[in-house]
Amino acid sequence: MQRIGVFVCWCGSNIAGTVDVHAVAEALKTEPGVVFSTDYQYMCSQAGQNIIKDAIRDYRLTGVVVCSCSPRMHEVTFRKTASQAGLNPYMVEIANIREQCSWVHKDVPTGTEKAIILGRAAVAKVNLNAPLTPGESLVIKRALVIGGGIAGIQTALDIADAGFPVDIVEKQPTIGGKMAQLDKTFPTLDCAACILTPKMVDAAQNENIRILSYSEVEKVGGFVGNFEVTIRKKARYVKEDICTGCGACVEKCPMKKVPNEFNLGMDNRRAVYIPFAQAVPKVATIDPNYCNMLKNGKCGLCARVCTAGAIDYTQKDELITEKYGAIVVATGYNPISLDKFDEFAYNQSKDVISSLEFERLTNAAGPTAGKLVRPSDGKHPHTIVFVQCVGSRCDACAEKGKEYCSKICCMYTAKHAMLTRDKYPDTEVYVFYIDVRTPGKNFDEFYRRAVEEYGVHYVKGMVGKVSPEGDTLKVQASDLISGKQLHIDADLVVLAAAIEPDASARPLATMLTASMDTNDFFTEAHPKLRPVESPTAGVFLSGACQGPKDIPETVSQAGAAASKVIGLLVKDKLTTNPCVAQSNELMCNGCSSCELVCPYGAITYIDKEFRMPDRSIQIRRVAQVNPAVCQGCGACTVACPSGAMDLNGFKSEQIIAEVDAICR
Amino acid sequence: MQKVTAKTLSGKAASLLNAGEVKYVLGWKKGEFDYDITPALFESAEELEKDFVWNDFSCANLSKYLIKYTRSLSGKILVFLKPCDTFSFNQLLTEHRIDRQKVYAVGVPCSGMADEKKIRENADGITAISETEEGYLVHTLYSDAPAFISKEEALLEKCLSCKGWAHIALDEQIEGEVFAPSADRFDQVKALENMTPDERYHFWQNELSRCIRCNACRDVCPACTCEKCVFDNPNSGVENKAAANSFEEKMFHIIRAFHVAGRCTDCGECSRVCPQKIPLHLLNRKFINDIDSFYGEYQAGLDEGSRAPLVDYDTGDLEPSQVFDWRDGQNA
Repeated sequence: MQRIGVFVCWCGSNIAGTVDVHAVAEALKTEPGVVFSTDYQYMCSQAGQNIIKDAIRDYRLTGVVVCSCSPRMHEVTFRKTASQAGLNPYMVEIANIREQCSWVHKDVPTGTEKAIILGRAAVAKVNLNAPLTPGESLVIKRALVIGGGIAGIQTALDIADAGFPVDIVEKQPTIGGKMAQLDKTFPTLDCAACILTPKMVDAAQNENIRILSYSEVEKVGGFVGNFEVTIRKKARYVKEDICTGCGACVEKCPMKKVPNEFNLGMDNRRAVYIPFAQAVPKVATIDPNYCNMLKNGKCGLCARVCTAGAIDYTQKDELITEKYGAIVVATGYNPISLDKFDEFAYNQSKDVISSLEFERLTNAAGPTAGKLVRPSDGKHPHTIVFVQCVGSRCDACAEKGKEYCSKICCMYTAKHAMLTRDKYPDTEVYVFYIDVRTPGKNFDEFYRRAVEEYGVHYVKGMVGKVSPEGDTLKVQASDLISGKQLHIDADLVVLAAAIEPDASARPLATMLTASMDTNDFFTEAHPKLRPVESPTAGVFLSGACQGPKDIPETVSQAGAAASKVIGLLVKDKLTTNPCVAQSNELMCNGCSSCELVCPYGAITYIDKEFRMPDRSIQIRRVAQVNPAVCQGCGACTVACPSGAMDLNGFKSEQIIAEVDAICR
Repeated sequence: MQKVTAKTLSGKAASLLNAGEVKYVLGWKKGEFDYDITPALFESAEELEKDFVWNDFSCANLSKYLIKYTRSLSGKILVFLKPCDTFSFNQLLTEHRIDRQKVYAVGVPCSGMADEKKIRENADGITAISETEEGYLVHTLYSDAPAFISKEEALLEKCLSCKGWAHIALDEQIEGEVFAPSADRFDQVKALENMTPDERYHFWQNELSRCIRCNACRDVCPACTCEKCVFDNPNSGVENKAAANSFEEKMFHIIRAFHVAGRCTDCGECSRVCPQKIPLHLLNRKFINDIDSFYGEYQAGLDEGSRAPLVDYDTGDLEPSQVFDWRDGQNA
């Protein structure tokens, strides 16, 4: 028989406001096994924890029930408390009487009744708890960063700095990501390339960093400290180690009409290409969709002009398998497709462009060498209309666009407007906005400069329609402050498109068993307290894959993710969660149902000898759980037709005891 | 009457036994009565010659016996499997319940089996049954002239909607015609679905209240192969009829249907062996029908190693809430 202590927390007025905590403590005193029951204002405080420790000693407790907040909040705290008092930490159960009780009920009698029932269930469970001992698993001292944008680069540099080897997997032929496409960066207006490219070079030269460009993650297995990842290194038809990046092949390639994705299709590249001058690694890549040699075996010019002999038309995709202790997701974002926004005539007129296209148009390395001209006729635009929140902050039910605020558009639009007025003072610039959101260091000052010093016309209101008429774009909009309809003849319209997670994120999340929100942004383990960790142990988040972010935020999160990774990799061993599945070999019939449903690959089968009642030996196939891989999800316990699988700490009989206690 | 003769089968088995290819033969022999043909293990050509039976009463699905025999016997076992039995055989292979190396599976073409219960319904005191081309001559204690019952009249329930497919996963197949299906196996399920909940409840209560918990359905079921059955647990309080009163009516058969859901090949053995004539296969067919409509058509045991919908996941799968709404929509 257990000797159970019950500790009811007031959580200030959080619980005590709707639950009669004395009554709960009193009622639970009579439950089977309970030898001590009390309540206290803040159980998690030092004094509260001391009450628990003293009671464990004085009443020789073998089990503890804390009626308090969610176990996600303080289960670890109270387990530690118990363990300090010499009790096995897995003999502690939390009855959540805050989130699931006091916060959802309004009147004291209902709240109290439910709190007693929840406490009763926890007592019933503790009566069947058994001490559990965590195991240990080794930590592979190597990290994987998925995505080579500023987030991935910064995370990799910080991890490498601490002395751990890092691999960056980037699906494009070069690292650099979105930041490499930007012109200047807010709020300081330093040029993106000037601050990014040195970091790219640092990453390339760091002996702890290996860049796997033009590669994608294909398969992820294993668990925290010991992931096994298969990476597909796509054939670039150029030997990376031999290519000097001289560009002779690019010059000679006769396929000149390939849309240049780096400039968002606003100019063309060749079939063999180096995305931009500062690309890292600076090696050529042959685009198999356009190369004549690869498509029909006719050409071979690049191979002839390559003095290094780096061209290899027979190259095949290569699969690399590597082990990692930690994985950082840094898959970034993309602007949404504007195809559905017919009201802004994005598809009808070349002079309606997205902000990222504007960024390329003003970039010295862009298709116009930095000269701001209309894409349709190359003329200088005299009136430019910027439209904010295109696809951001939409109605939940809207078919196009996103519900969330894309966060970065207010600031880059202010930047675009300001830079335009600075360089071309003869240009009239209008910005249509719903709200201007500029929280951030020196952000509001930046925006006010655009309005006050540069004379940008900020108009609160949305553009209703853009219709191309001859050379001009007729912009129809409402000014909400003056309550007037505005008609502007614009030469150029720039749409601040909402941003969304990269399309590769969803399948990657499935591989990593990392959770995502409905917008496909990766979910953090706790929005406030664990913002750079995914709920899946050993998987960390860096940059816009977790939510819209600007560069300063991305870089600080990248550093935070790196420090979490370093904190993991410095450990030689990890303690594993003992609440894992266990197979009862006497009942297991080896049918493989559990193996099929296990998302972690934790179950294997062995042929085991059994001594039968008649003393004969029988060899049977039985399931074995690798406790280091098992995450305790319990899928196997329900799939097992024989009831041979059970979850330590959550045994079927414990769950049934809880249900019985609730239904009593 | 079966188109392939018993001689053909026993001859095949005897030659393999004599050649040392197999050590045992799993087949059928006569039991107490002519209609009572029961599974049997043969070790020699002489035994086969003497006892082997293959006729319209060789209904028993022999695949489940292979679990026991591949474990306890050393040496290869020849087993005769009708087309419908091969689904169970395959399902058991998928679940790693049979050591395939120890089995020599021979497919037997089947011309449809007879239901002893249908025959006995109209005849008491049966002394002998003789097969004719069109049906059966039933000799009884009470009449000198044998009564005639046609093959169609006496056809086994599961044969009415015979899967009619060819054998699968065999070492050898004996040539011959295969019985052709006639009815849709989900007809009766649909009739049950069309009842009101009250009617349905009374239907099942009427059927299941006859259950005597002999456990024959569980024992014969090729999907019921747990090392230890939950219903044998003396601590469960429901291990026998005496311990629980309405358990059989309310829970037992439904729990069993859940346990075999997604793995049941619809072999029909449960209903065939039920001494109380409870149409247990209808529960399983309801499950099969639901699984088919939720996750696409699936036949357990059709492919060895296939992933059953209930232990598989793909992003196109229905969410439980959708299943619920969908079911409501159907009933409305």
